[in-house]
Amino acid sequence: MSAANTFLADLIPVTAELWLLIAASGILIWDAIKPNGDRSQWLAQIALFIALGINMGYLMAGNTLYAWNGLIVSDPLANLLKAGCTLATMMTLHYSRHYVADRGMHTGEFYVLAITALAGQMLMVSSSHMLMLYLGLELMSLSLYALVALRRDHANSTEAAMKYFVLGAMASGFLLYGISMLYGATGSLDMATIFKALESGGAAVNRPTAILASVFIVAGLAFKFGAVPFHMWVPDVYDGSPTAVTLLIASAPKLAALGMALRIMVEAMLPLAADWQPMFLFLGVASVALGNVVAVMQTSFKRMLAYSTISHIGFVVLALGVGVVGINNRAGAVDAYGAAVFYMLTYVLTTLVSFGVILLLARAGFECDNVAIQKAVFIKWGLNRGV
Amino acid sequence: MTHTYPWLSLSIWLPIAFGGLVLMLSNARASTLRWTALLGAVLSFLVTLPLYAGFDDKVASLQYVEKAAWIERFNIHYHLGIDGLALWLVLLTAFITIIVVVAAWEVIEERVAQYFAAFLMLSGLMIGVFAAADGMLFYVFFEATLIPMYLIIGIWGGANRIYASFKFFLYTLLGSLLMLIALVYLYRATGSFDLAVWAKTKLSLSEQSYLFFAFLAAFAVKVPMFPVHTWLPDVHVEAPTGGSAVLAAIMLKLGAYGFLRFSLPITPDASHEYAGLMIGLSLIAVVYVGLVALVQTDMKKLVAYSSIAHMGFVTLGFFMFSTSNPQDQALAFQGAYLQMISHGFISGAMFLCIGVLYDRMHSRNIADYGGVVNTMPKFAALFLLFSMANAGLPATSGFIGEFMVILGAVKYNFWIGLTAASALILGAAYSLWMYKRVIFGAVGNEHVEQLKDLNRREFWMLATLAAAVLWMGIYPAPFTQTIDASVANLLQHVAQTKLK
Repeated sequence: MSAANTFLADLIPVTAELWLLIAASGILIWDAIKPNGDRSQWLAQIALFIALGINMGYLMAGNTLYAWNGLIVSDPLANLLKAGCTLATMMTLHYSRHYVADRGMHTGEFYVLAITALAGQMLMVSSSHMLMLYLGLELMSLSLYALVALRRDHANSTEAAMKYFVLGAMASGFLLYGISMLYGATGSLDMATIFKALESGGAAVNRPTAILASVFIVAGLAFKFGAVPFHMWVPDVYDGSPTAVTLLIASAPKLAALGMALRIMVEAMLPLAADWQPMFLFLGVASVALGNVVAVMQTSFKRMLAYSTISHIGFVVLALGVGVVGINNRAGAVDAYGAAVFYMLTYVLTTLVSFGVILLLARAGFECDNVAIQKAVFIKWGLNRGV
Repeated sequence: MTHTYPWLSLSIWLPIAFGGLVLMLSNARASTLRWTALLGAVLSFLVTLPLYAGFDDKVASLQYVEKAAWIERFNIHYHLGIDGLALWLVLLTAFITIIVVVAAWEVIEERVAQYFAAFLMLSGLMIGVFAAADGMLFYVFFEATLIPMYLIIGIWGGANRIYASFKFFLYTLLGSLLMLIALVYLYRATGSFDLAVWAKTKLSLSEQSYLFFAFLAAFAVKVPMFPVHTWLPDVHVEAPTGGSAVLAAIMLKLGAYGFLRFSLPITPDASHEYAGLMIGLSLIAVVYVGLVALVQTDMKKLVAYSSIAHMGFVTLGFFMFSTSNPQDQALAFQGAYLQMISHGFISGAMFLCIGVLYDRMHSRNIADYGGVVNTMPKFAALFLLFSMANAGLPATSGFIGEFMVILGAVKYNFWIGLTAASALILGAAYSLWMYKRVIFGAVGNEHVEQLKDLNRREFWMLATLAAAVLWMGIYPAPFTQTIDASVANLLQHVAQTKLK
């Protein structure tokens, strides 16, 4: 195969990501020349729709393609999660159109950042190499930090953005530290190679270091998931962000985080499952217990949903903790990880609807995020029309 | 005998589809909605009739079986089928739904479409519970019934309705979560959710005990049995008339039916082991709750407590195992089952009667009435019949079940029989004393003086129930014949040990 052919063939698995980047650049440039929020929104929705079509097409085809010397993979898991992320972003943008217009956020940046965040999520779930995964994570995170801070004259948003950024950067640091230790232990950043090295357990593999690496990686993932005891940022950021951005944070990134966790923990580090599973079990049980109990006491609707997110994440994390039974019996792995993906998809759908209600009830200068306010609103408009 | 036509699926999904239709019409005129809902209820009842017509008395196994893969990875099937025990509950559900729709006719003025839709969907879901032959399908229907009922109480209930709806939801949900754990455990042990497979699985006594108590937690709350019965009076008081009628007539039977489908066949040895406990709790329900009913001042509370007492007979009859006298055991068991059906008619009718009074006076307080017979003679006559049936008068359906259970109990153990029989006196005391205070005597106050007697709709609604009560009391043979084979089969199964 000629060099040009290889280059073109390498682009096939990343068609959706490339398309999104092109679309984001186009929207950004057009908006810079002649700002128009409505046009940006329509273009963004069209771009997302096409991306969804590409993802679905790949998902139906069901092929597994590697590109760029194994940096990235397009397999059914990746395509399913990509399609889920795209759909969630589309629905978020649709729900939030009045909300952002009322708050002066109806600008090209909002839509461009949403698209780049989505591109980052897609890279995360389809990476087969630690570097690519980290790049995707940063692309998503930086876009989201900027989105949270988009209302820069608003104290709450700024505070939430600061918290999100500092804690998110710390989590990325944990993750990166773990990945570099893993590199030290196995001599590779490629997931398949790491898996082989850990599985064969040759003399070259430094097992204690690999286990220590898994501790850091799990901590980093738990931060991103918002699992107890790494959950502190979740309620504050959910509460402080503009609700449209809260929904962007609460929906698609959770799917991407799950994809990332499956890539690292299962595709690369499954041979160490006996060591990392107990950590997930602890995180899961703690999240379910604390999230549900604390959610009951909240008066802010957004904080309540944030704690409910924590408990839902707990269930997903639990599924990650039960795939491998005993020393190395992987018979239940498909069920466990499949259940995690299914749970996360349904969770994202329900989140979209519950936050969507808050978005639809909010009006200019009025956030419908307090239980007492909401009760009054429901009584006034009647349940049927409100929902 | 093969049944190619899916009558069971139709019985489940037709009312649900009509519920959806009524919801879609929610902006239409109220009369359109009422007639659509009535049409849906009647059609739904009609499609259950072929189940009875084509039912084979001699066969104990499931009939009208439908089976299709639902969630293949976990071996969960959309698996339906009914035996004699489920047949009558399916018919009862569809029948009561018609009555409830008629009962709400002019009474419900707000959110008419939603009200009827909730009841139609509830009807389909409850039939689904009775028809499910797959553990997970049963669980899904069992839990789904909570949703419409929660809305019915929470939206159309009385002043304290939010409290009542939460109490109802949380109580029942807590119990059924333990059942879910039991279902998952059984799946792990067998790799299947098929109830028939579970019934054949051998389990050690400690496993059976854990499972038994998990099932007990779910079903005892629903029935409700003695220590966990406290939600029922609160909920009945706040629920709208139709909600109370469906709750008492059918939803309580979901719990009793659970004992028949889960506790007895899957954990027979544990059932024998803890039969004493079950009999004890049942007797407490019959006697203690009967006494509590006696002192109530609120009519709905009184009938709610009497429901608990009557359901005590049901659980009593289920757990009087006797290896030496299988005939007597079968007698008590059939009695308990008939008590279930009969209680469905009587308690539904009692709540509807109270609803008729409440619609006119907006009071459930016994003290606010007196001498109603002077202004509402037709009502007084029908109410008398239902009160007598509630007290277990011969020739009404209430007599048959209680009599058979007491007969079986006396042969099982004289003292148990004697204690249970005392309930007949208590039943007569609280039913008739309430009747006397409400209906007889001089006209109590000017509100009573202005009462109007039953209109045509109310009369036929109660008269239909009265006919059912009398039919079952005078000629119960159709009921006993159809359940005979299933009861014999179940008791034979329970008598055999299943220990590993």
